[in-house]
Amino acid sequence: MKKEAAKNLRTFAIELAVYAVLVTCYFFLVLHLLGEWLYHLETRHRYTYAVVAILLIAGQAVALDAVTTLLFRLLRRRWR
Amino acid sequence: MFFPISNAHISPIYLVVVGFIIGILGGFFGVGGSFIAGPALRLMGVNWNYAVGTDLAHIVGKSIVAARQHRTLGNVDLKLGLIMAMGTIGGAEAGAQLIQALKRAGNVNTVVSFVAIVVYFGISSFMLWESRKTLQSEKRPSQAGIVKGAASKKDRSAFSPVTRNIQRLKIWPMITLPTSGIRISLWTILLVAFVGGVFSGFLGGGAGYIRMPSMVYVLGVPTHLAVGTDLFEIVISASYGTFTHAIKGNVDILIALVMHTGAVIGAQIGVVATQYFAGPKIRLAFVPLPLIGAAIVIYTLMTGHKL
Repeated sequence: MKKEAAKNLRTFAIELAVYAVLVTCYFFLVLHLLGEWLYHLETRHRYTYAVVAILLIAGQAVALDAVTTLLFRLLRRRWR
Repeated sequence: MFFPISNAHISPIYLVVVGFIIGILGGFFGVGGSFIAGPALRLMGVNWNYAVGTDLAHIVGKSIVAARQHRTLGNVDLKLGLIMAMGTIGGAEAGAQLIQALKRAGNVNTVVSFVAIVVYFGISSFMLWESRKTLQSEKRPSQAGIVKGAASKKDRSAFSPVTRNIQRLKIWPMITLPTSGIRISLWTILLVAFVGGVFSGFLGGGAGYIRMPSMVYVLGVPTHLAVGTDLFEIVISASYGTFTHAIKGNVDILIALVMHTGAVIGAQIGVVATQYFAGPKIRLAFVPLPLIGAAIVIYTLMTGHKL
């Protein structure tokens, strides 16, 4: 049980490190590119902005969930 | 990092950490975590209207991740969640109208603050009493106290006699929920969701601290399923809230997206953690959450600073 917990913790720590690198890239690439466009939408086309906002957060949720699940699975298999 | 929509400078690391903490709470308890996110954004100088709207947008993303994870564990009752979403949206509108009426009367802050304190303390006290009593009774080998219909997750509650009486109310139409293992009147479900929605519109946030316990004690849904279904329901109601706030100019989606990157990991940890705890233990651990909300309201009442 303790061995299993230690393995999970190690996998999680690696996952966190890989995830941190990915998220940093994401901040600088995607958010920097989207920032101006979203600001423009928010000030001039509120209804479009509302729809885009929901789509973005839902899309990010699905994408990041898939990334973390995949990372976790890959790392677990590697450490087994 | 500069966020042009809300005109705020906030460290992305701060946002990710806040999101991470809220993610853990959300995944484990099925709550939105607005009582932390709102004040955390206010501390960084984000205007109150943006804090509320942005928090809702972030809740949508976090709840999608947590609900998906809970679904893989068999903890989401889709039928119940969809019915509850209808009641919640209606209730949220009623709560918002109540706020408008109080605004016109000129005493909105006092009334909302006192109602919040009473509700938060009431929930915490009741859950503390119930979960402790249930945990004590579990030490005795008896079948008494098993909630009807909770066979799927074998949940126990000291409040189960009342829950069973509520389930026996035969008000047409009766709904069968195979995932939760209960048969109950549609009106009871809608009433629970409506009340949760009223508190959501009245006190702000997703009101998961009211809905999750209501699902366990009033509807008789096992705790693990209540957590997962509440999250699924929050996805729908918070999306609606995000849309209405966004068209009013209260959502900075860039802040929500950054916060959400931390919440994804937190939510997964929270969901996995539920597997290691029985229902009454999750309910006992839930007790401090409404008290944090009450402490924030008391602080704002005493100092006049709105966090």
